[in-house]
Amino acid sequence: MAIWLTEDSKIIVQGITGSEGSKHAARMLRSGANVVGGVNARKAGTTITLEGKDLPVYGTVTEAIEASGADVSVVFVPPKFTKDAVIEAIDAEIPLAVVITEGVPVHDSTYFWAHAVAKGNKTRIIGPNCPGIASPGASNAGIIPADITPKGRVGLVSKSGTLTYQMMFELRDFGFSTCVGIGGDPVIGTTHIDALQAFQDDPDTDAIVMIGEIGGDAEERAAAYIEQHITKPVVGYVAGFTAPEGKTMGHAGAIVSGSAGTAQAKKDALEKVGVRVGKTPSETARLMREIMKNL
Amino acid sequence: MDLFEHQAKELFASYGVPVPTGKVATTPAEARAIAEELFAAGNKKVVIKAQVKAGGRGKAGGVKLADDAAEAETLATQILGMDIKGHTVHKVLVEEGSAIKQEFYFSFLLDRANRTFLTIATVEGGVEIEDVPHDQLAMIPINALEGVDAAKAREIAVAARLPEVALDGATDIIEKLWKVFVSEDATLVEVNPLILNAADEVRALDGKVSLDENAAFRQPKQAELEDKDAADPLEAAAKAKDLNYVKLDGTVGIIGNGAGLVMSTLDVVAYAGEEFAGSPKPANFLDIGGGASAEVMAAGLEIILSDPAVKSIFVNVFGGITACDAVANGIVSAYELLGSKGESVDRPLVVRLDGNNAELGRQILNDAALPGVEQVETMDDAARRAAELAAVGA
Repeated sequence: MAIWLTEDSKIIVQGITGSEGSKHAARMLRSGANVVGGVNARKAGTTITLEGKDLPVYGTVTEAIEASGADVSVVFVPPKFTKDAVIEAIDAEIPLAVVITEGVPVHDSTYFWAHAVAKGNKTRIIGPNCPGIASPGASNAGIIPADITPKGRVGLVSKSGTLTYQMMFELRDFGFSTCVGIGGDPVIGTTHIDALQAFQDDPDTDAIVMIGEIGGDAEERAAAYIEQHITKPVVGYVAGFTAPEGKTMGHAGAIVSGSAGTAQAKKDALEKVGVRVGKTPSETARLMREIMKNL
Repeated sequence: MDLFEHQAKELFASYGVPVPTGKVATTPAEARAIAEELFAAGNKKVVIKAQVKAGGRGKAGGVKLADDAAEAETLATQILGMDIKGHTVHKVLVEEGSAIKQEFYFSFLLDRANRTFLTIATVEGGVEIEDVPHDQLAMIPINALEGVDAAKAREIAVAARLPEVALDGATDIIEKLWKVFVSEDATLVEVNPLILNAADEVRALDGKVSLDENAAFRQPKQAELEDKDAADPLEAAAKAKDLNYVKLDGTVGIIGNGAGLVMSTLDVVAYAGEEFAGSPKPANFLDIGGGASAEVMAAGLEIILSDPAVKSIFVNVFGGITACDAVANGIVSAYELLGSKGESVDRPLVVRLDGNNAELGRQILNDAALPGVEQVETMDDAARRAAELAAVGA
């Protein structure tokens, strides 16, 4: 088992005919993910051939679900169209929508989140501005390279894409149940807390690595949640100790405002509830290594 | 992007929000001329306000009242050039003085934690909102699907316990500020203070606005609001090349892929630097993103080399989608490209490549044997080497 994405997942790609969408749909197929089609209203009824497989292009997410039984959508449409694409996925009640697109206006993310809530939260949204979710050996929805790590019993949740890859690489000898990149935007669908709880409930995850970065208070709230609800060991890493105040560091959400959102505050909050926090990604991996050896 | 007060007020005014009459001056003489106009229009006082993107301007002496145009000029002379929390005052807002009966606070903002919009309003205006006790604040979530209509605006004004006489004026302003917030893709619209004046009119006496840069594609007019003078010259040059660069004050130039990894690289370099003389620190944040073509690598190297503070450079790449052989080829071509322009990489370059096609990438760099380029296997060791080289170079 894994969380949210398993070998039974049937994946569609919104924006499959675009350059990013087709490139990554092909990569997902190569990694063994079950991509069953795509969505583009203007090219409905056509097929796109990727990795020797003829994939139908549907007019809407609803049609795609009816025809293919898809239960995961990966969204690669440009920022301008992302809001409508996610709303379409929500209205179709697809169980999981993974929004890779970077540069989505925060008013649009806040709007589609409110829409998801109004519709009863039937769709789990991951992202936007995220690398997606990978359950090594089972499936892969997004842009996380599939060959970094084999399947194992560590769970990983991270705001950052490349730090996700780095951590997968550091702990490849142990392997991962699922790696979730939740994204670096100020407003995101799935949070650290959602992933922590899912890993807590997953019988195939023994321990969790949680990677955060400056901005907001998601890590502080995750720390409070860990204290109350998480019994599996958690190791943390926070990026951005040297980030100056008031500067956005690459990710739209990565900004220290006044004394709020600092890496130090996040580290302190995590350590206060007994989470060991590494100074570097490698040290974080070492901490997890010790835990896994002693389990 | 944060706006100056005068920009925020001009924006407010364009949405029909009442603000004091005033104009911006960059010289004392201009300030005097504006003050003369305001006095001629019958105002008894004018106010001179430092335009900097920092709080606490009043306490720092950056906001003063003048009784005549000569005094306005004198005050402008004092305020222009003043340093407020590290920001030099380059312009002042000269506007009509307001007879304040009561001060309120009002804002719309993004509530990241709850993934919604939020309004904060209180009768305790004119002070730092962080200092106001929570039971004095009306904090009301705004559903993005519903927005703020007149009824909602009135509900907010009432919840903030605004006096009866201010309710109509405040309701109108709140409704208009919501239009500013949504139509301009703002993440913050703050008015502190929102005032009730002697004529029982409600006015926005100050304005703070933050805009979402991700929305730039549908806000073409906002490009003009950018404060090009304040931008660091290196940051401006990087932006012109579409590079995601932030200038920092250290000596180790940093190039990496992915915002999280680059932030982490800065931290790891700073820790490693503690071991060496002068404690070398990162000189910049530079994320070359997923593509990392030769052109991007060359552009990045060029920016970093143009920073005289840089003593060594650390290229830290974990190949995810990016293939390390492409990065290595990028470095090789960047050296050629810079060489063909008569420039050279005259400072040591430490490279750490891992992930997708790392072996191939390392081989390419070994074969190229570029002067001053060293490869180190792990991120921590490479950071240490780059810091060491910066210490030697210093």
